[in-house]
Order: sequence, then structure tokens, then C-alpha cells
Amino acid sequence: MTVVANIVAQRDDFTLDLNLRIDDGETVVLLGPNGAGKSTTVAVLAGQLPLASGFVAFGDTTIDDSNDIFVPPRDRRVGVVFQDYLLFEHMNVLDNIAFGINTRGARMADARTDAGRWATRFGVGGLLAKRPSELSGGQAQRVALARAVAMQPRLLLLDEPLAALDVETRAATRRTLAQHLREFEGPRLVITHDPTDAFLLGDRIYVLEDGKVTQEGTPERIHSHPATSYVAAVAGTNLLTGRNHGGALALDDLDFELRTSNTQIEGDVLITVHPRAVALFTDEPHGSPRNTWLTTIDSVDPLGDTTRVFLADPLPIAVDITPASTAAMGLAPGVRVWASVKATEVAVAAVGSN
Amino acid sequence: MSRTIKDRPPGLLVALAAIAIALFGLPLLGLVTRTPWTELGSILTSDVVIDALWLSVVTSIAAAALSLVFGLPLAWLLARVEFRGRDAVRALVTLPMVLPPVVGGTALLLALGRRGVVGEPINDATGFLLPFSIWGVILANTFVAMPFLVITVEGALRNLDPRFETAAATLGAGPLTVFNRITVPAILPALRAGTVIAWARSLGEFGATVTFAGNLQGRTQTLPLAVFVALESDRDTAVAISLLMVVISFVVLISLRDRWWSTR
Repeated sequence: MTVVANIVAQRDDFTLDLNLRIDDGETVVLLGPNGAGKSTTVAVLAGQLPLASGFVAFGDTTIDDSNDIFVPPRDRRVGVVFQDYLLFEHMNVLDNIAFGINTRGARMADARTDAGRWATRFGVGGLLAKRPSELSGGQAQRVALARAVAMQPRLLLLDEPLAALDVETRAATRRTLAQHLREFEGPRLVITHDPTDAFLLGDRIYVLEDGKVTQEGTPERIHSHPATSYVAAVAGTNLLTGRNHGGALALDDLDFELRTSNTQIEGDVLITVHPRAVALFTDEPHGSPRNTWLTTIDSVDPLGDTTRVFLADPLPIAVDITPASTAAMGLAPGVRVWASVKATEVAVAAVGSN
Repeated sequence: MSRTIKDRPPGLLVALAAIAIALFGLPLLGLVTRTPWTELGSILTSDVVIDALWLSVVTSIAAAALSLVFGLPLAWLLARVEFRGRDAVRALVTLPMVLPPVVGGTALLLALGRRGVVGEPINDATGFLLPFSIWGVILANTFVAMPFLVITVEGALRNLDPRFETAAATLGAGPLTVFNRITVPAILPALRAGTVIAWARSLGEFGATVTFAGNLQGRTQTLPLAVFVALESDRDTAVAISLLMVVISFVVLISLRDRWWSTR
């Protein structure tokens, strides 16, 4: 079953205009800054806000045609994982998960049996008698996910699923979430403002800005060809892999060595270089930066208040500079420039620690 | 030498609070010192007292139950449904808390009495008459008691995050299921507290009852009415009944305090 939505919705002065398509087994991420229309999208799909025009269809079933058809929330079968989970405090974990099975007609005893199985699949089988307030953030998220999936929804909708977690839990939870999402075979939609969530969870990403989709594509595509300065800012970080030997980074698949100030994390590492940390010069620079190399401009994309420049060999990475310096330096594809980045701007993380 | 870290409470506040405690405590002392302890047993087992006690217990519990059955939906309506004139309805509902009960009783009589706007047609059609019956006592009690439950529960409903109800709806629950399985359990402490307050108010009810239901021993004469009658003729009985009411109220309020009385 495929979810197809042609959403035009109105909230006060704000208009959301969004075309979505999500296939079975696909995780689509809606990525956008605050005020982009993410919560309006949740409200439309979950049935809290009727469409102004357009339609939303789950397979052959239209659930809102902005006219005669408006299927109320309880009949939509949209499994929502809310940002703060909204687990029912007066019920234990088992009854929270059983709730949606029970309301769909199963007897309570059967619903509980079924709920127990779902709890096990989502790794909360040992917490059935706990109250939601006794759970950690990560556990609560898994219970919320189990509750949403157990009702066998036609669409699984996760609204900022990691936002309620502290930074340390977030990284670990993100990985288990990616696995658990695959437990649900239908269409999945993750709403987030966090590019890391988007890139790690999404098969496809829609970038939403000011009520409109500004870019749509695979994480790789969006990373390599950001269409707006927002996308460039959130999706632009250069990701590399290699091995760290006392601050000398031997990059995988590239004949190039970067220096990092981090000598703590040895061995296989994930390397990030922010595009704004890289400086470009027409003449060879002198001074502190440890990493300086001669390269060729591959492409130049003006994105409003920044310009994204891609470098060719030996180190193909993205660089963000101001439109003024682009013009002053006469940057264009094929032009030879010097690039440099400080060793302190080359961040490394152990592979697997995420 | 022991040292305490806490500051001593300010003397002025303690003094004022002590005066407040004396205001509640002294009348009780007066009651206890004037109690005819030797005749207490015989007075409290007299027909008048037994009848009044029985009526008070039955009517106050019935009024608390009716307040719950009708007051909960009313509180929900006021808290959750936007409609024109909602503020006016809320004022109307809380009016009995402000009105002298005797005025409430008069109004009930004019509406539901033998010659009342609604009472007369009902009486003509069925022969049923509310005033001067136990049903009249229960109605008068409910009239003065229900507002306490309504404002307690409405407050709790307003504090309840409506998104939990939204979440339940996305899980396939219809409005009534949401109400029964999400809303009510979430406000249960307030619901219990509201019911106890309604019961307590109704146990002490005098003015509306005597006006609307009259003062007939064995039919409408509750404990407060019996005290009032006895004050005229038999002071010892009045004191004995008063003491009985103090004891009943005290025991109930203390025993329910932890489980029922707090609103969380």
C-alpha cells in the first residue's frame, strides 16, 4: 500500500503545500526548521486538521479529499509516535500497547497477549508491569512505537521521535530506532528538524521550508547537491572515514592525508569537516593551518547568502563561502585554488560510537 | 547542644494561624463541655435522632452520587466543549454556592412545588410531589452540593493535557471510550475529592432542605433540622445531635484524607 498525499492546509496565516508519496517498507523523512509546517503535516495526517484542498489517500482509500470525505482520527489507523510519547500514565506498559488493539475490536485478554508479543519485538518485554513514569526516555520511546505499530496502522508517523531524549541517549536510541522501524512493513514517515535523524533514518528525504518542499531525494543526493542554503547548512557536513595514527588521518579510498588535533581516538574513525571550516585562497597561504593543499574547483552553487563550492581531487569535499569572496576570487569550475583547514576543525569519532 | 538549620516560623503568622485554629476549636470545646454525657445514650437512640440520622446518611450519599452522575458530564461539557453562553452556564451552575440556601429552596419550591412551573403539570399528570418527601431532600441537597463537584472536576479537566485524548483517538478510540478509559482515570483524584466535598456539603445542608422539603420527622427531618427543632425545646438533645454530626464528619474526613481527599 502506498500513501499519496497532496496536502494544502491552512493554519492562521500559514499555508502548507506539500506533495508526499510513501511506499510500503519505505522510511520517508520530512526535514525542516521550526515553523516549516512539520506539525501541521502531523495534524493533517493524524486527522486533527482538515485539508483546505488536495487529498490524502492510503492505497485505494481516500481519508481526506478536502470536500465530502474526512475520515475521523479514530478510523484512520495512523499510528502516531508523539514527540513526548503521550503514554497513558494510569495504565502499565502492557495496557498502553494493548489499548489500540482493544479499541479495534479484540477482547482485552487477546489484546494483552498480542501486546506482550509486540513488547518483546520492541525490546520492552521485561517492562510490562511498569508505569510510563518509571521508564527511561529510550524505553518510553520503544513503548510508544510498539503501541503505534501494534494497532496495525496503515501509516506509521513519528513526530520528532528523538527530540525528548538527552544527547547521550539520542545516539544509541537512533540506531535501535532504525532497526525497529523495519519491524513495521508499511509506509513510515519520520518528522524531524534534526539532519542526523534524517540522514540515518531516511530512505528518502523531503526538505520542508516555510510550508513548501524545497528539495526531495535520497540522503546521498541531498547531501551532495543541497538546493537551498538551509539544506547546505544542515546537510553539508563532509563525512569521511579513515584511520587515525597520532593525528595523521589516512583516508579510505583517497590518496590524501589530513591532520587532526585529536590524538585520543586512534584507529578506525569517522571524520567530519564542516564546509564553513574550509578556507580557499588564490595563492599558497602561509601560517598556522596544518592542512593545506592545491586543488581544482568542481562546481559552484549559489544558495542565497552562501555559495557552496565542491572541490575535485585530491579531497572532494564541500566548502561554503560568501558570495562576495566567490566573486572576488573569480571562482568557477576548473579554477585552481589552495584549500586549507585547521587541524582543530577536523573532528573525529570512533566508528560505531555514532 | 543541638542546632537546627530551619528558620523559626515568623511569630506573627503563627499567632494569626493560632487565632484561626481557635475559631474552629472553641465552638467544639463549647459543645463538648455542654454535652449531657449521662443521658447521651438514651438521647441518641430516641426515635427522633435515629430517624434523622438515617435520613441524613441516605440523602447525603444519594446527593453525592447524583452530583457525580450529573456533575461529571456537566464539568466535562464546561471544560471541553465550546458553546455560546458557556460562561453564563458556568455562572448559573455555581450560583448555589453563593446564594443563601433558603433562597435556593424557595426557588426550587416555585419551580417544582405543588403550584410550581414544572411541579404542577407533573403533579397533575402523575400525582407525584417532590416537596415534603425524601426525594425533595435529596434534590435540595444535590442542588447545593453539585456545584462543588463541578468546579473541582472542571479544574482538573482543564489541567489535563488534551493531547492524551488525541493520542487515544489515533489509537482507534471513539469519544466515549476516550472519556471512560483516558479522561476519567486521569482525573480520578479530583473526582474523588469532588464527591467527598459534595457529600460533606450535603450532610450539613439546612436552608434549602427546610424550605423545599419541610421538616417532617421520619420523612424530611435530617440531623441539622432536628438540631434546629431541638434548640427550641430540648437543649440537651440539640447538643447531643450536634456532637454526633461533628463525630461523623470528623471520622469520615480524617479516614478519607489520604486516599480520597487530596487532589494530587
